[in-house]
Amino acid sequence: MKYAYYPGCSLEKTQRGYDESVREVFKALNQELIEIDDWNCCGATVYMSVKETVSLAVSSRNLALAQNMGYDIVAPCSSCFTVLSKTNRILNQIPEMHHDVNEALSEAGLNYSGNTKVRHPLDILMNDVGIETIQKKMKKNLGGLKIAPYYGCQIVRPDKTFDDHENPVLLDKMFKKCGAEVVYFPMKVRCCGGMLMTTFEETALKLNKELLACAEAHGADVIVTTCPLCHFNLEAYQNKINNIYNTNFNVPILYFTQLLGIVLGLPEKNIGLDSVFVPVGKKISSLIMA
Amino acid sequence: MAATSHIPFSMSHTEAELRQIFLEQVKQIPSGERIKRCIQCGSCTGSCPVSYAMDISPRELIALFRAGEMETIMKSRTIWICASCYVCTTRCPSGIKITDIMYALKRTAMEKKYESKAPQVQILANLFIENLMAYGRLHEGTLIRKYYMKMDLKKLFGMIPLARKMYKTKRIALFPKKIKAHEALSRIIKKANEIEVRHLPEPIEYSPEYVGYKAVGELELESKKGN
Repeated sequence: MKYAYYPGCSLEKTQRGYDESVREVFKALNQELIEIDDWNCCGATVYMSVKETVSLAVSSRNLALAQNMGYDIVAPCSSCFTVLSKTNRILNQIPEMHHDVNEALSEAGLNYSGNTKVRHPLDILMNDVGIETIQKKMKKNLGGLKIAPYYGCQIVRPDKTFDDHENPVLLDKMFKKCGAEVVYFPMKVRCCGGMLMTTFEETALKLNKELLACAEAHGADVIVTTCPLCHFNLEAYQNKINNIYNTNFNVPILYFTQLLGIVLGLPEKNIGLDSVFVPVGKKISSLIMA
Repeated sequence: MAATSHIPFSMSHTEAELRQIFLEQVKQIPSGERIKRCIQCGSCTGSCPVSYAMDISPRELIALFRAGEMETIMKSRTIWICASCYVCTTRCPSGIKITDIMYALKRTAMEKKYESKAPQVQILANLFIENLMAYGRLHEGTLIRKYYMKMDLKKLFGMIPLARKMYKTKRIALFPKKIKAHEALSRIIKKANEIEVRHLPEPIEYSPEYVGYKAVGELELESKKGN
């Protein structure tokens, strides 16, 4: 299958590990990602809280570009995924807004029907490609590696798009079939604070401390993420959390596509494993070497 | 004459105006009118990961809206600390789109230029938009640098070790890059801004109807389809 790929701003550079691993995993599973030419920032949750029509017009430009390509859009970043899905929902439910957005888009010679499907890589890998195909291509068994599957907020909320709100299971299923032991992780959909790390740092540090403590208490070797913001907060602020709370966390954080890349036997530098801040630890290193 | 507080149970002009702007925003939310159905159960507050750090809980916020206390909401810290995790929205037994209501309240507060208890949120939001308008994509380095330059220089210096780590792992683009269709995107934004202004309601005149139960706002919203 072919998809219109929308990496989003954070995957361009700061979260290149996610971008690289999504591209490589899709290639290994014979799925073609065609990057949307000249896409723009979706506006994230920030724009939505300032100006609604403008934020919808900004995100709609990407949906219109994907529509012209004729493929579903793939957005790995949770924030992009939610903003693009939400744009569709509003445009389809409030005709006046749809009309206004198209009026703005026409300034650039674009028109958007409201019909571009917004998909997340996890959805495509589990529901289109299927776990059987992944298992056929499996080169390495995770051999009981203990993972904490962290879904975060915005791929399962606000809409029930492809997994459950309260207890999503696709990551669990995926990695169990790849030989991992999925630890009990009741905070799998608890918020990391997102941008609060910049605006209300103390609050966000506390939320992330709780997530790390929960994963550690249940013996996780690694937290597997699906969102650049969760990933960055858990990874880049781990030192700071240790300093402030007098803890000793040393939990590797990997994108689910990076761990899947290891399972598929992809070279470590192709899936951005050279960009991690917390060393992956013995178990994962030996898997990579194997 | 704007002062009306001598009429028992009446709503002040400010309150009436705030409600009008807010309700106009609520109309743009699919199923926004469900705010009427709040049963004050507190599921939102109990589910919210940051309610402990709020001055008004999400449940109280809806109670205050009903009671005609929009100004209290406008001056709260609550609307700025919401992290948009949507857990309240998915758990509300009355189907109220609480996160979207928070956005509508933020937009109302910004429209009326309320002095915020958390000005950093608006500063970040404005810098974010400035960044997007300048390049078409977000350049995180520029955003964070400008933000800490405004807010806290000490923290900016505190970010240096992290920045070095990011540089070493090739996770920093040193310079922002404009998208090719930057001009076209600017035209879209300009037009959408003009349309946005069109959505704003006309300033209201005080009417004696805004008394008693009218004061707490009969919601005259058309029911929008959808969930």
